[in-house]
Amino acid sequence: MISAPDVVAFTREEELEDELCSEPPLPEEYSVPLFPFASHGANPWAKVASSKFTRDFILISEFSEQVGPQPLLTIPDDAKVSGTFDLNYFSLRIMSVDYQASFVGHPPGSAYPKLNFVEDSKVVLGDSKEGAFAYVHHLTLYDLEARGFVRPFCMAYISADEHKIMQQFQELSAEFSKASECLKTGNRKAFANELEKKLKDLDYTRTVLHNETEIQKKANDKGYYTTQAIEKANELASVEKSIIEHQDLLKQIRSYPYRKLKESDFHPYEPECAPDPANAGCDPDPTTSDLAEPGETHLYAHVPSYTPKLIKAKSAKCFDKKLKTLEELCDIYFFTQTLDQLHQIERTFRGDVCYLLTDQISRALLKQQSVTNFLFEDVSFLEEKTPEKQYRGCQGLRQDAIDSKCSEESPAPKVVISLGSYKSSVECVPIKMEQEIEDSQEPQMTESVTFEHQENLDYLDADIKGSISSGESIEVLGTEKSASGLTKSESQASLPISPSPQAGRSKVGSRRTVSEDSIEVLSTCPSESLIPEDFKASYPSAINEEPYVDDEEGGLHFTPKLNPGNADEQEDVSKQENLVQVDSACCIGKESPNFLEPLPDLGQKPCDEDGVVRIPPQPYRQAEQGLRGSFGGFPSHDGISGGLLPYELDSRYLTGSREVSKSSLDECSDSTSYISSAASTCSDRTPSPAHPPCPASERHKKKAGQNALRFIRQYPFAHPAIYSLLSGRTLIVLGEEEAIVKKLVTALSIFVPNCGLYAKPVKHWVTSPLHVVDFQKWKLIGLQRMASPAGVNVLHALSRYSRYVSILDADSKTLRCPLYKGTLVSRLADHRTQIKRGSTYYMHVQSILTQLCSKAFLFTFCHHLHLPISDREPEESVVNRRMNFLKLQLGLANEDVKIVQYLAELLKLQYIQEPGQGVNPLLRFDYVPSFLYKI
Amino acid sequence: KSSVQTIGEDQIKNPYTELLVLKGHQDIVRFLVQIDDCRFASAGDDGIIFLWNAQTGEKLFELHGHTHKITAITPFSSSDASEEQEHLILTASADRTVIVWDCTSGRQVQKVSCFHSTVKCLTVLQRLDVWLSGGTDLCVWNRKLDLLCKTSHLTDAGISALVELPKNCVAAAVGKELIIFRLIASNDGSEGWNVFEVKRLVDHQDNILSVVSINDLTFVTGSHVGELIVWDALDWTKQASECNFWDSSVQPDVQPEIKLSQSPNETSVQHLTSDEECVFAAVGKGIYVYNLKMKRVIACQRTAHDSSVLHIEKLPNRQLISCSEDGSVRIWELREKQQLPAEPVPTGFFNMWGFGRANKQANQAAKKMQESTPMYFLELVGDLIGHSSAVQMFLYFGELGLATCSADHLIILWKDGEQESRLRSLTLFQKLAQNGDLQIKF
Repeated sequence: MISAPDVVAFTREEELEDELCSEPPLPEEYSVPLFPFASHGANPWAKVASSKFTRDFILISEFSEQVGPQPLLTIPDDAKVSGTFDLNYFSLRIMSVDYQASFVGHPPGSAYPKLNFVEDSKVVLGDSKEGAFAYVHHLTLYDLEARGFVRPFCMAYISADEHKIMQQFQELSAEFSKASECLKTGNRKAFANELEKKLKDLDYTRTVLHNETEIQKKANDKGYYTTQAIEKANELASVEKSIIEHQDLLKQIRSYPYRKLKESDFHPYEPECAPDPANAGCDPDPTTSDLAEPGETHLYAHVPSYTPKLIKAKSAKCFDKKLKTLEELCDIYFFTQTLDQLHQIERTFRGDVCYLLTDQISRALLKQQSVTNFLFEDVSFLEEKTPEKQYRGCQGLRQDAIDSKCSEESPAPKVVISLGSYKSSVECVPIKMEQEIEDSQEPQMTESVTFEHQENLDYLDADIKGSISSGESIEVLGTEKSASGLTKSESQASLPISPSPQAGRSKVGSRRTVSEDSIEVLSTCPSESLIPEDFKASYPSAINEEPYVDDEEGGLHFTPKLNPGNADEQEDVSKQENLVQVDSACCIGKESPNFLEPLPDLGQKPCDEDGVVRIPPQPYRQAEQGLRGSFGGFPSHDGISGGLLPYELDSRYLTGSREVSKSSLDECSDSTSYISSAASTCSDRTPSPAHPPCPASERHKKKAGQNALRFIRQYPFAHPAIYSLLSGRTLIVLGEEEAIVKKLVTALSIFVPNCGLYAKPVKHWVTSPLHVVDFQKWKLIGLQRMASPAGVNVLHALSRYSRYVSILDADSKTLRCPLYKGTLVSRLADHRTQIKRGSTYYMHVQSILTQLCSKAFLFTFCHHLHLPISDREPEESVVNRRMNFLKLQLGLANEDVKIVQYLAELLKLQYIQEPGQGVNPLLRFDYVPSFLYKI
Repeated sequence: KSSVQTIGEDQIKNPYTELLVLKGHQDIVRFLVQIDDCRFASAGDDGIIFLWNAQTGEKLFELHGHTHKITAITPFSSSDASEEQEHLILTASADRTVIVWDCTSGRQVQKVSCFHSTVKCLTVLQRLDVWLSGGTDLCVWNRKLDLLCKTSHLTDAGISALVELPKNCVAAAVGKELIIFRLIASNDGSEGWNVFEVKRLVDHQDNILSVVSINDLTFVTGSHVGELIVWDALDWTKQASECNFWDSSVQPDVQPEIKLSQSPNETSVQHLTSDEECVFAAVGKGIYVYNLKMKRVIACQRTAHDSSVLHIEKLPNRQLISCSEDGSVRIWELREKQQLPAEPVPTGFFNMWGFGRANKQANQAAKKMQESTPMYFLELVGDLIGHSSAVQMFLYFGELGLATCSADHLIILWKDGEQESRLRSLTLFQKLAQNGDLQIKF
């Protein structure tokens, strides 16, 4: 084991927000973690790294017994990706940290060679000279012809952004484990095949030799053995021995502990057709049964018939022959699956880390909003989400992983589509990120390990100083290899709360800039510590319980320990609020520096301190324009050759005042995202695919946002129309031309609350007369206007049911709907908005709607607002209380009340719905007069 | 041109702000019967009977058994107090069968198929624990579906309506005639009953469409040409100075143009309902309120709907609900008119009826009476628009709302949105408590 030389005490700078602690702290899981490196006075974008490659890639290398470390392939398989980056050199480096002593061969005291089922090891290492940081996943594959039957390989995710590796360690580890498992499964299969062939060869050889010996015996009547005969006999004996050895190997490879796989939530890609190796034992193969011992069976029945070859003695251990390629080492099915998986990893982690984190956080937070998230979010999308998102919400996500396994197996075609849609999506926001994410594997260490770890951290501290001068050094910051040597019971015995190693990490981060030429192994963790059973055991308690001490399974603690100084600050930020802020930061900063409007106070603390500024930071406009100017607009994130953009260009990034830097970030989030992607502060200059698993919806959002933007600019009566949608009154878009109507419907669909977990209640195009059932089912309908008698019927039905609908006439540009005097919609749809992009506007809408959801949630789940406190309390006082709450507490004016009431009704229906039983679609309506709006 | 009173979208008094469409039927839904506090059955031309939960709108059972349209349906609850109450329904169909269904299990209990003609009406005499089927003849059955007795063939048209009268009597409307039958216990056994025709009343000029019992002493019949007769339930005589609309229509003081404009369809008494004081009649497109004490129409809405009113019901809170072929349901409130001396007396159709008056003098007397007694009028307080075709019937469930059935194959449950919201909140917090979600987790 390589020990970590130094340890840094974990401290975190006291945050300035102490005075804000007066508010009751919010539940911790509702707080958006603050950007972890903000305290270093830096911007959220990755550190400068003069890497020689343009984007992240995956490298597979082998430590060849013949030529030493060599790169095998990269993903994406494109020479441009790695650029001038020296893959050979880097292969050497990453292979050189594979320290695990996996002894294979003849262990002392054993007659036969033994296969070791070694666990993969996972390390993070950095090479600041190359500007490359890598998550390295070491694995060994079996090869009959290799020395000790093993071939060491590694898969590395290489990025210029250290933080990305660190923060996504958990996810990377999980994903690479899958790929590795897949590869190894295929390899075992191939190995078993190979062994069988070899056994056949040997058997054939034995028969031949035996025959020869017999012949010799017969020919030899002298009564003594010739040297030739003795040689033959020796040869025969060695073949016999070899057969026994190989049979033993075959047994071993078949007895691979599948138990492990079965208990895990991940089953490697078992092809349907292939028989499960685990139960191959009951599948006797006639071709081998003669040479195999009784009961010995063949692994794969459908192996094509094989003609045995004669094996020359001593030919087995020959070093001048060509070693098998990776492809040959692995069953082809599994090999392609592995490649698919790696491609998916590459796609998933593409882009700036901020984007990934934001995405993960918002997804995880949204997932927690199980009560309200169905209203405006695509829940199916949330649920389908692949399991690599483990940020705190990992519990549920992990569960999903099981379900979505099948869909994961062939994800490639889906994601490819996303390439078209991610252009505008690199929008990053300053979020304080709790650093514990990547540390979640650490608490698994046993007590003794913790000590070691502490030591390591101490060493690390020392090493920081040391490494500045050290020209070439390998620093292993944390390694848990020793954990694997400890027994399970030991590891269960003690549950040290990790002393927040992220401080060390952070220090490492800051240190990295000064260390010249070094490989730093930041964290290693043998996969044993990550085997999924441990995950499972510890997950249930991971989310909500702060004290893990009673967690009997000394496994992972995904819930980070909050720094006490930080806790209050983080806790008093409501989840929704943060989401909203995140969103608004995204879109507001984008194109409209002066668009910012005060976010309504949810009765929480004023939110200026935690990330988003409410007042348009006018003074910075100039600067921003300068920024824009200097880059000639932002045509796209691709293709901008990244000259370094010095931070000094805008001193705001370095300013000590958080407030200011926040605001500037808000304002310039567009620019900063540009910086991150173009100016090489970011490892990965490729734009992130916006939600990789469902690109279609992303494009839809963009389009819908664009159309909505056009709608609110074009129609002065957009507000009452949107109000109709939000309050559950069906809006009918009437028009002759299908395209126009559909466009309007698409635009307005982003305002339609979902009634359940199903698709949005939107019907794009209808030609038949509507009925009351339709209004029950659809909340937004595109309706064809026809001149024919049938058209008259359509209109007649409309006038008959005018009580239930608002009618937007796309042809005459009129709207017939109830009056709206509230304030909410004007914030949602300001026709003077400076937002120009569809996706930005979509996010803006989403943020306001999320806020609305939180209001609806509060309203719905306040007991006394709906039910009397005591039995004697008259209904009127409850009603009064309710209205007071809506108006005074939630600050809703006039018709806004109805929106929240409608959403609350939907929440109730969703909550009380019995599982398995569909919601009875209700049609709620009001008896309110409608008015005709004209342009 | 339409003189139908309309109401704007501002319907403050209309409590029904939520609706639930119940789909299931494949043809006109004609009948709704209440089974118990929260269940009801629907039946119609598709021959299927559905049982629904009035609270949730959940479809409880789908009863198949009839091959033709349903012609009559009635609940038949057991009177055994000892056991758990058994809820049965009887359905008669054009396939000439009557089926007894168990509402709890949703199963067919028994089927009678020995009818010579379609049974058009069913009545349960709870006191005697027998039920009667009326077709071309009248049959008396006991609970076990044994035929106890039957009358001879009456007419080909058959009995259109049956109503129970005191003293083991029933009144059957057979065409223009009203026939009174009496059930007499047979001498030989305790189970047996014999049915005898007691009297034939031939006062109506046209087919009797509706018969309704008001109390133990009176019942009312209405005919196709708009006659409304109040009968004494004991001696089956027209009550003193009962009106005969046909006669009143020939009164000279009736304005001829109105008379001319009224086709028989528009004067037919489609449905009658009553409370202790008044009889409410759905006559043509209009609604009339006839006060039994004053023996005159006290309020009316001549054109309450765009087309014929099919069903009408009085709610406990002085409200009246009517449904019509025009597909709408309207809620009315019987209100006392502010005494405005200048208010002209409603003229036209009700004057034509001339309740209790035989001549002009009486008319004048009536005017005086009107001045001395409070005037009433029917105020439209709300309308329910949902069906696209004639609303055949409705069922008022009080707190649970209102179920309407229609020729558009749908049943709509109308509910008080406020109340439903409250109920949902209640359920929500109950479920929260159940799930233990009320414990603060965060």
